[in-house]
Amino acid sequence: MAIKTYLQAISDGLREEMRRDDRVFVIGEDVGVYGGAFKVTQGFQAEFGPWRVLDAPLAETAIVGACTGASMMGLRPVAEMQFADFISCAWDHLTTVAAKQHYRTGTALPFVVRCPSGGGFSGGPFHSQNPESSFAHIPGLKIVCPATPEDAKGLLVEAIRDPNPVLYFEHKHLYRRIKGEVPETDYTTPFGQARVHRAGSDVTIVTWGAMVYTAEEAATTVAERDGTSVEIIDLRTIIPWDREAVLASVARTSRLIVLHEDTRTGGFGAEIAATVAEEGFGLLDAPVVRVAAPDTPVPFSPPLEKAFIPQVADVVRAIERMAAY
Amino acid sequence: MVLIRRFEERTEEQYTRARIGGYCHLAIGEEAATVGAVDPLGDHDYLFASYRDHGTALAVGSDPGAVMAELFGKAAGVAGGYGGSMHLLDVERRFLGGWGIVGGQLPIAAGAALALDYTGSDGAVLCQFGDGATNTGAFHEALNLAAVWNLPIIFQITNNLYGMGTSVAMASGETELWKRAAAYEMHGERVDGNDVLAVHEATTRLLTMARRDRRPSLLETCTYRWRGHSVADAGKVYRSADEIAEWRTRDPIARFEHQAIEAGTLDVGDVSELRREVDATVTEAIKFAAAAATPTVANLYDNVYGDPGTAAQFARMDTAGPFGERRETRGWRT
Ligand SMILES: Cc1ncc(C[n+]2csc(CCOP(=O)(O)OP(=O)(O)O)c2C)c(N)n1
Ligand SMILES: [Mg+2]
Repeated sequence: MAIKTYLQAISDGLREEMRRDDRVFVIGEDVGVYGGAFKVTQGFQAEFGPWRVLDAPLAETAIVGACTGASMMGLRPVAEMQFADFISCAWDHLTTVAAKQHYRTGTALPFVVRCPSGGGFSGGPFHSQNPESSFAHIPGLKIVCPATPEDAKGLLVEAIRDPNPVLYFEHKHLYRRIKGEVPETDYTTPFGQARVHRAGSDVTIVTWGAMVYTAEEAATTVAERDGTSVEIIDLRTIIPWDREAVLASVARTSRLIVLHEDTRTGGFGAEIAATVAEEGFGLLDAPVVRVAAPDTPVPFSPPLEKAFIPQVADVVRAIERMAAY
Repeated sequence: MVLIRRFEERTEEQYTRARIGGYCHLAIGEEAATVGAVDPLGDHDYLFASYRDHGTALAVGSDPGAVMAELFGKAAGVAGGYGGSMHLLDVERRFLGGWGIVGGQLPIAAGAALALDYTGSDGAVLCQFGDGATNTGAFHEALNLAAVWNLPIIFQITNNLYGMGTSVAMASGETELWKRAAAYEMHGERVDGNDVLAVHEATTRLLTMARRDRRPSLLETCTYRWRGHSVADAGKVYRSADEIAEWRTRDPIARFEHQAIEAGTLDVGDVSELRREVDATVTEAIKFAAAAATPTVANLYDNVYGDPGTAAQFARMDTAGPFGERRETRGWRT
């Protein structure tokens, strides 16, 4: 195994699948000559040529619509949004058409939309969002949020092979910061199977994407301070999501924190909390707590953005209060 | 134009010194296309810009200190530090903003023109955007609206030959973008966007057409961005060094200087005096921005909704979890 960054792992997964399967091609703004807004597809056009690495006009609606049409014909497009935020321009195609196509007609739509998401760099209100929860509400779409390089590659390959439209949220703050071992073999990471990022016995934190590392820092802080043992469940995919793993962890710890970078109201954390209340009420010793961004747009100014994105201290505080139960 | 150039050069420097965060897009080389179109606007006219908007804000007369403070994320910034580089605005000067979603401002500008029509105003709207924006669905939808409703609006394409790293030739079926006006039976024309007087003349004429004849138009101003797409892009992978060098010889500022000196409206002494003044203004703007206060976290919710009651309700919900942990850690007040 080689040590790769999260970004390299995404790039490798895509490149290897393109080598294995001619039906796979890339479409997006500046993915070819420029190499992608974040350079995920750098060198792709040299290897695969301009017809498998298509520089599209600035037109998200057309890009996603074209993926729907091309996948209907049996191809396996992988689209890139330059920022997850711009997927709103393609909302209609994704939610009205692509999500309902199989239900309506039985036609598989095997395409992937890669969405660089998340804040932490003063991207401001239109370049920092985590819109996964909005799409989680639409039956027919699958939603993937990898946290580690190994999962980034495995989940991308799985997404490409999946017969449904898959939104793949890659967190920008993980791109070059997070490194890890990535198998060079052809492997996939199955959807709907959470990963225990850190085993523990006192409190469970369920999270995904970049927040896995915020949870980890908080867990380390409390472990060193007073021995509180935190279990971190990385969901990996939020549609489908691994209820069994969450309930099993809560059965061990009796306390649940749901942590996400997206805003609080109507966020996917609410779904998890509600499910645990319905199916695991007897397991709980304390109310379920959500730690999430406040219900505001993402502010530009660095101190405001820091207040917006859940920080290690917020998670530590939630853990401390939980431990009192 | 000199102010914009200097402001952008110093912005680049401040960005590399990490005093400005986020994404930062400079308009060096495009000054004439901006100034020539903004200058003719009158007291009842409104302006919309793309996300490459520092020059537009300066052209409408926004305080350079407040613009720089916005880039620094300070409370004294034109958007209070909430918007940043791509979302400048100056409502008092009827500059309704730079827009971070490419093409997003076109239908909005059409709506503003509709409002002017609706209220019987004699004003018009100028909506600026890049060549890349012409390929969005919003471009078609907005131009068609303006055409069928005879809205008082100028759609200005600042064609700098590239949308990020994708050339107009690669992205647009019709590369003479002004010709797209024909699809709406709208007046379209192309001018040299590095000639500030030509842009000024065309805009003045089209404004009259909008205000008096209620006819929208599409104005293509051809120019070039000297720097990369953003400060993070060297701008060399998708275009040749020769091409960049060639366009640098067509410097809009040098050209206007030459024109004005020829015409006898400026002399060489005026030019150097102006440069000195501009240098001082920009240095002052940076000092102001650096010293200005950051926005307070306690106010994070204040502007989410237009009515204070709803904002307060949301702020309370956020702190109303079983442990109220956010209130504790942040000291937020509701
Ligand atoms: C809807 C949308 N898609 C993509 C982007 C990312 N993006 C920002 S600027 C840009 C290129 C814009 O080109 P153009 O309109 O020609 O303006 P220029 O950069 O040349 O000023 C792209 C692709 C965006 N901000 N919004
Ligand atoms: Mg352009």
